[in-house]
Amino acid sequence: MHAGTVYRAGTASLHFDRVHNMENEVTKPGPLLRRACVPVALALAAFTGLAHAQSTSGTVSPQQVRSWAAACASCHGTEGRALPGSPVPGLAGRPAADLTARMKAFKSSGAQNVTIMHQIAKGYTDEQIAHLSAYFAAVK
Amino acid sequence: MQRREFIGALGASAMAGSLAGCATAGGSASGAKVVVIGGGFGGATAAKYVRSWSNNTIDVTLVEPNANFISCPLSNLVLGGSRRIEDLTVPYDNLVKRHGVKLVRDIATAIDPQKRTVTLGNGTVLPYDRLILSPGVDFLLDEIPGLKQPGAGDRILHAWKAGPQTVALRRQLEAMRDGGTVAISIPVAPYRCPPGPYERACQIAFYLKQAKPKSKVLILDGNPDVTSKGALFKKVWAEQYGGMVEYRNQHKAVDVDVATQTLKFEVQDDVKADVLNLIPPQSAGSIAVKTGLATANKRWCEVDFLTFESKAVPNIHVLGDAIQIAPGMPKSGHMANQHGKVAAAAVVALLSGRPVDAHPLYNNTCYSFTSDKDVVHVASVHRYDAEKKTMVTVDGSGGLSPAPNALEGTYAQSWANTIWADALA
Repeated sequence: MHAGTVYRAGTASLHFDRVHNMENEVTKPGPLLRRACVPVALALAAFTGLAHAQSTSGTVSPQQVRSWAAACASCHGTEGRALPGSPVPGLAGRPAADLTARMKAFKSSGAQNVTIMHQIAKGYTDEQIAHLSAYFAAVK
Repeated sequence: MQRREFIGALGASAMAGSLAGCATAGGSASGAKVVVIGGGFGGATAAKYVRSWSNNTIDVTLVEPNANFISCPLSNLVLGGSRRIEDLTVPYDNLVKRHGVKLVRDIATAIDPQKRTVTLGNGTVLPYDRLILSPGVDFLLDEIPGLKQPGAGDRILHAWKAGPQTVALRRQLEAMRDGGTVAISIPVAPYRCPPGPYERACQIAFYLKQAKPKSKVLILDGNPDVTSKGALFKKVWAEQYGGMVEYRNQHKAVDVDVATQTLKFEVQDDVKADVLNLIPPQSAGSIAVKTGLATANKRWCEVDFLTFESKAVPNIHVLGDAIQIAPGMPKSGHMANQHGKVAAAAVVALLSGRPVDAHPLYNNTCYSFTSDKDVVHVASVHRYDAEKKTMVTVDGSGGLSPAPNALEGTYAQSWANTIWADALA
C-alpha cells in the first residue's frame, strides 16, 4: 500500500488505487490504512517525496540514467528510436531543452493533445527529466 | 537559472560518463555465463539487454520451447476477429543474428542452485554464473479438479497463453449457434493481465454482435468487482454491447463438469454455457515453484527490486508475471519488459563488480481494445522506495483514459510493435 491511497481525491484516482491494491497477493491493510488519518498520510507523503527528491540528487550514475531511459523504450523505441511510421514520436537526438520543455508542459497542464504522457510525466522529478533529456539528446 | 545550469551540467556529465561506462562495463564480466529461461516479454528483453549493456561480452543462452514469440497483448483481438495469430507472432531470429544470443529450443526441467546449472528436456546441462528466470505463469489445476480429467484441457480452454488455445477458442466461438452463451470465468486476483478478461468480454461481444446477435457473454468474476478499468468497461458493455454482456461478481469457480460444460462455484449456483472459457487461478511457472523460489503463498517469487534476485536463492533473478508484485504493480507484458531491463542492468553490474542502480524508476502502460479500433488505457509510474525496500507508485502519476477512443487504438498497435521490437529486434 502507499500513502496516495488515503488522500487522493476524485473517483477515477480512488478507483485506480483500489484496483491496483487488489492486484496484490497481500490483501490485509498495512498499519497506515488501519490507522488512517489524513494529516499523517499527507505528512508521510510529503516526507517520502522529499526523501525521494534528495536521495537522487547529485548521486545519479550514468548507468542509472541509462536504465531510466530504457523504461521509455517500451513505447518510444529502443534508445528512443521510434519504429518507421510510428505515431509515437522518437526521442533520440532531439534537443535536450525541447524534451525538457515538453515534459514540463505535460506535468503542469493536464491533457492537451496527449492521451497518456500527462499521466506518465507526473511520475518524474525535474531532475530526472533533465537527466533523461540529456541522455536522449546525446543518442546519435 | 543557477539551478537549471547545475542540472544541465549534471545531465551532460552523466551522459559523458555513460559513454565511458559503456566502453568499460563489460571488461571484468567478459565470458561470464548468463542463462535466461523463458522468451516472453521479460526473458527476451533481459537476454537482449544483457548482451547490449555488456558490449556483447557476456555469454547469454535463452532457453525457450516455442518456435516463435506470440504476444498475449492483442491476442483477444484474434477472438474478436480483427487480428490473426500470425499478426502477433514474432520470430526469435534477431536475438540470435543481431545480438548474439544463443537460442536453445527446449524446456528447462531442473535448476541446481548449488552447482549453478540448468538441466534441459533433452538432458543437456547448462552452467551459469547468473540465471534469469522469466517463466510466466502456470495454472493451479488442483483448484479446479475437473480440468485434470483426460481431455478436459482440449475442450475447456483458458486461452491465457497466446497461441493454439487462442485459435481454438476462436473456432469454438465460430462453431457456436446464434443464441448461445459464452461464459468467461475469472480467477481471484492476482492473475496475469488484470484487465485482460474484461477486454476479452468486449472482443467476444464485438464478434457476436456482428455474427450471432442473439448470443450472450456472461462474465463470472471470482473478484468482488471488475479488477481494472471497471467504470470504463461497464460503460462499454452497457452502451456498445447493450443486453449482450452480463457481469456477475463473487463467482469463484471451484470445479467444472466437462461433459455438460457446467461451472461450479464456491457459493453461487451452477452455470452451464455453450462455450466455456475458464481462466484458472495461477502461480509462478512450475520451474520456479519446483526450485523453491515461490516463497509468497507458495505461488509467487519474492525478489529484491534493485536486482530482481530471488530472496530465497542467490544468483537467480526472477522476472515478470512470476514475481510477488509490489503495491500497484500489475502482472503485465509491459511491466515484464521493464523488469527485464532492471534485471539486465543489475546482472551486468554484478558480473562487472560495479554497484547496482540504487533508484529504479519505470512505468506501466496497459491498453485494452473495447472494439476492433477503440481503446482505453491505464498507466502508472513506479519508483524504488529505499525505506520500504519495494517499488511504490509515484504519487500524482498515472491514470486512465476518459473514454474509449480510436486515437489510442493507433497508439496501442504502435505500442505493441515497439515493445515487440524492444524485446526481440
